[in-house]
Amino acid sequence: MLRFNMILLLIVVVCALGTVTSQHRARKLFQALEVEQERARQLDIEYGQLQLEMSTWANHPRIEKIARERLHMVAPDALGRVVQPQAARKGGR
Amino acid sequence: MVVRRRPQRGHRFTESPVLQLALQGWRSRMVGLLLMGAFLALVMRGFYLQVINNDFLQQKGDSRYLRDIEISASRGKIVDRNGDMLAVSTPMKTVWAIPGDARTMNAPQKRQLAELLDMSVRELDGKIATEKTFTFIKRQVSPETADRVAALKLPGIHQEKEYRRFYPTGDMTAHIVGFTGVDDKGLEGVELAFQGSLLGRAGSRTVIRDRRGNIVEDVGATKPPQDGKDVRLALDSKIQYLAYSQLKEAIEKHSAKAGGAVVIDARNGEVLALVNWPTYNPNNREKLSGAQLRNRAITDTYEPGSVMKPFTAALALERGKVRFDTVINCAPGKLTIGPATISDAHPHGALTVAQVIQKSSNVGTAKIALGFSPKEMWDMFDSVGFGQAPNLGFPGEVNGRLRPWKNWRPIEQATMSYGHGIAVSLIQMARAYTVFARDGELMPLSLLKVDDAPPRGTRIFSPQTAKELRAMLEMAAGPEGTAPKARVPGYRIGGKTGTAHKLEGGVYARKYVASFVGIAPISDPRLVVAVMIDEPTAGGHYGGDVAGPAFSQIMGGALRTLGIPPDAPIQVATADQGKGKL
Repeated sequence: MLRFNMILLLIVVVCALGTVTSQHRARKLFQALEVEQERARQLDIEYGQLQLEMSTWANHPRIEKIARERLHMVAPDALGRVVQPQAARKGGR
Repeated sequence: MVVRRRPQRGHRFTESPVLQLALQGWRSRMVGLLLMGAFLALVMRGFYLQVINNDFLQQKGDSRYLRDIEISASRGKIVDRNGDMLAVSTPMKTVWAIPGDARTMNAPQKRQLAELLDMSVRELDGKIATEKTFTFIKRQVSPETADRVAALKLPGIHQEKEYRRFYPTGDMTAHIVGFTGVDDKGLEGVELAFQGSLLGRAGSRTVIRDRRGNIVEDVGATKPPQDGKDVRLALDSKIQYLAYSQLKEAIEKHSAKAGGAVVIDARNGEVLALVNWPTYNPNNREKLSGAQLRNRAITDTYEPGSVMKPFTAALALERGKVRFDTVINCAPGKLTIGPATISDAHPHGALTVAQVIQKSSNVGTAKIALGFSPKEMWDMFDSVGFGQAPNLGFPGEVNGRLRPWKNWRPIEQATMSYGHGIAVSLIQMARAYTVFARDGELMPLSLLKVDDAPPRGTRIFSPQTAKELRAMLEMAAGPEGTAPKARVPGYRIGGKTGTAHKLEGGVYARKYVASFVGIAPISDPRLVVAVMIDEPTAGGHYGGDVAGPAFSQIMGGALRTLGIPPDAPIQVATADQGKGKL
């Protein structure tokens, strides 16, 4: 009887330790998940900021200024344009 | 001196002299009773804590480690039809303080903080001198600065996340996009009109934190945050920029007070561009005046002048009162109706109906108009959308002014036929011209990109009438017409000039509104462009001279941007012979 009780006690102790360890590991993993999610949020924010920066660099007034002043580009007048009838019918440029 | 005690030996435990003492029996019972009593007290205390007081204690326990965390949601972006950013939110920080704690800062700390936040120490002192338990130090602080403030570890200084709205396209799209206030509340434009869908809803979650503040477990249900929906406008930022720069140039060239331009896609009623001048920079709204904020194209009305004439002519054609080439005698350039006389800027002789539009004769138009009953004309004006808001869903849309036909006098009917005594907004005028661009159908306008099948228009005129009107409009923009400067090389365009006197205090002043509304390409109309310049004072005041060139530039650029093939055959032929290759 005593021996049986001792075995049960042992099993209980082992189970208790198991619960504690798995709880601990679950929390560790959860923390890791938290960190990664935070990183995802940060990257998302950075993406937004980069998009903003890109649209600031690529705004039309700036492009036109560079095209005209630094690259000396001009829009072709009507005489400088050739229209290919086939492509034109398909709506191409 | 050291005393050494030797352990006593010589008897077994049961022979211990202490056990030999004969004690009374009640003493052991007494001890047993006391122990039982103490044990009972413990059980009762346990019962009290675990059962009776359980809720309170559980709550106290939870408050030590459970935390409700709000998950912030960002406001939706506003993008143009190609996905270019027009308005976007990025996170910023608010620096706030508990004044009682913040007052314990020493002088160098205060100086450091004030320096970082770009304010004076006195200003800072003023903010934390309050008796309240909470005060904002500075809002909309950049994340980098906020991190440096946090690194100082000042007492009573805290931070919170918030969002700031940026408008990369700035003054170019200011009127259509609008702006938000400091709490993400739309105040103007699309930001206000679509506030409901742009706004994000913050979520929340309940978590367990450990001693070091790390989140270790989610408890209960989490409510995920809902980011605001992105709004995709019909606007094409390339065409918008084109319209903006051309309008600005025209206004500067003619020293005008204000102006507006609208570009509409005739196929589906999308508003491709909408610009106003004067404008403002929505990223920096410190010194704003009402004049800058006004979205003139939508919220202001003006008397359109001759731009109205094609509608009168279309009604006459539709009713069979006149034909394309019916001759109307416009000599001697004056017409007296009742007490008033109307006149032409340049007297003409006999003109066909088409020429009346081409030369923009007030007398000719008035003569055509007098053949209608007031109700007929009112119905036509009403059906093309004058006198009613254009239903864009934009804040501050105006109806314009179209008086009830019952109290029209004949002279009013005559002046209305050429656009005086009736007031419209520029967007109404541009929309009304879709009737000519679309074989007689009036299109509903849309600020948002139309992805699925284009909405159905309302039929106002027959396709034949619209076709004849297009021919007249092309003549008006031709070499013999009022607006040769509005022509676009390579394309066939049609349009009508407007030069209207401005009403000031009930009297027509010597101030003008020059406008031009046109469609192109005539062979298969795709775009409607309306340009309006308010009070040009230098370099002429006629619609053809002031608004015409701007129209030509905007229309030409927009056609090229959209990749619409030129439809003027002669130009293509010369191009082949001319330079040959690009």
